[in-house]
Amino acid sequence: MALGLALIYGVLHIINFAHGSILMLALYAGFFLFTLAGVDPYAAIPILAAVFFAGGYVLQRYVIAPISFGRDTNVLLVTLGLSIIIDNLALYLWTSNTRTIDVRYAQVFVDVGVTAVALPKLVALGAAVLIGVLFWLLMTRTDAGKAIRAVSKERQGARIVGISVEHVFALSFGLGCAVVAIAACLLLPTFYVTPQVGNAFVLIAFTTVVLGGMGSFMGALLGGLLLGVVEAYSGLLLGESLGQIGIFLIFILVLLFRPTGLFGQRA
Amino acid sequence: MLLFVFFLVLPLFIGSRFWLGFWTTTLFFALLGQSWNILGGYGGQVSFGHAVFFGTGAYVSAVLQVRFGLDAWTSAALAVAAGALVGAFVGALSFRYGLRGSYFALVTLAFAEVFRVLVNAWDFTGSGFGMLVPMKPGAANLQFADRTWFYYMIFVLAVLAYAITWRVERSRFGAYLLAIRENEDAARALGIDAFRIKLAAITLSGAMAAVAGVFYIQYYLFVDSHLGYGPAMSVNALLAPLIGGAGTVLGPLIGAVALGALAELTSLLLGKEPGVNLLAFGVLLLVILRFLPNGLMGLLKRAQRGSS
Repeated sequence: MALGLALIYGVLHIINFAHGSILMLALYAGFFLFTLAGVDPYAAIPILAAVFFAGGYVLQRYVIAPISFGRDTNVLLVTLGLSIIIDNLALYLWTSNTRTIDVRYAQVFVDVGVTAVALPKLVALGAAVLIGVLFWLLMTRTDAGKAIRAVSKERQGARIVGISVEHVFALSFGLGCAVVAIAACLLLPTFYVTPQVGNAFVLIAFTTVVLGGMGSFMGALLGGLLLGVVEAYSGLLLGESLGQIGIFLIFILVLLFRPTGLFGQRA
Repeated sequence: MLLFVFFLVLPLFIGSRFWLGFWTTTLFFALLGQSWNILGGYGGQVSFGHAVFFGTGAYVSAVLQVRFGLDAWTSAALAVAAGALVGAFVGALSFRYGLRGSYFALVTLAFAEVFRVLVNAWDFTGSGFGMLVPMKPGAANLQFADRTWFYYMIFVLAVLAYAITWRVERSRFGAYLLAIRENEDAARALGIDAFRIKLAAITLSGAMAAVAGVFYIQYYLFVDSHLGYGPAMSVNALLAPLIGGAGTVLGPLIGAVALGALAELTSLLLGKEPGVNLLAFGVLLLVILRFLPNGLMGLLKRAQRGSS
């Protein structure tokens, strides 16, 4: 999730409010694949990743880019509008009922020394690291990755040397959506689905990205880990309802005092 | 002027409670939208967390009345002051550290969320149950059995807000604000103290949103953490001016009327399913951003120019 945001933000300098809504859509897609077609969430990963990649590509190229005219705050508003549309469409179509799926392995716990962890969470952690490494390879070793980094550094220059900036934007947006879809498949076994489920994630994901340093993948990964720890501890120290405040406070503090993030390079 | 008279005599022609309520909420959103407009429309500082000011207005007023037994008028005044204070606080922090554009938007959103979690966790502010102000109709309590009075209350408040905005637009302060919106670095190079101007704008904006919050609590007598500080109210605050035309005096009003009409239309056509209104709002927002970047006011201005 955070990785998807890091890619979209780092490359496009887009703050995507619709990210949570896309996660919600992916969760529903995984849910319906499981209940209607009997596809296991893990088996659904390649299908959903492909579908959401295509969807994200189209969305950026033919909806977000033409509407926002390339301005930062406009993009924010467009994605906000999109998230309103997606969320409420979901509310209209699927009602606000909370849905969960039952898979056998959700109840399997693995002893990791200090405590027992549910198997799907362990899989999710491993997959996150794997995706992080894959991304890093993609960004540093392939032409597409080079093009993405070129566009994020110097938009005009990239255009001059013949890179289609619009294509790269849409490509990275699609990649971001694909990562979100994968995250949804990993979450589904231990999580629930409602039309509002994405909201909770938007700020958390933003915080992760900001914390780790915009556009830095390893930063996003480390930021995610750090944030998990903070969330757990502030929940422990301050109680259930006040615990969420830790994340928002960190978000504000980082933005104010260290806008490049803990691991970001100075601009 | 024509609009002023229209809204002044409007209740005389309204027979049903429904339409009175419709115009009351429309004016309420027009007021809330105007508060956003001062900061976001004129100053170009797009806030995604205007609920932080609105909620402060509603909560401070409710807490003072319920927990301290203050009368509604004093509570209202203090609540507006609190809104201005929160505005100054958020502004001082985020502008001091040079947050701009989308960073500013996100930080306002985070502030609203912090407040939401706080009031939701604290028993003093009613925690998860919210604050309920006991019903005691009477002018001294700013509560009215006859809903027409509420209409006139929001009417007066909205007129005040629009008059202030009108003044701001024609003042030196307003010109500075526009300069900052168009190009902050250039404005600073010309010797404008951007920090102070932005701080003044967010303080005024915060106070105005708190006024909307005060009206809300008197009208509904209830607020909880989601109603007061939830993202929905922040979105409400920015929809009307963006659709009507950000950075114009009448934009938020026109946007609020358009949104109100759209909401009624969709519930007429598609039924009262939850979310349908917002769905239509989202589509309208995208259409406006795409085709009418200056909102409905831009359309009006174009039509005027075409006819003359």
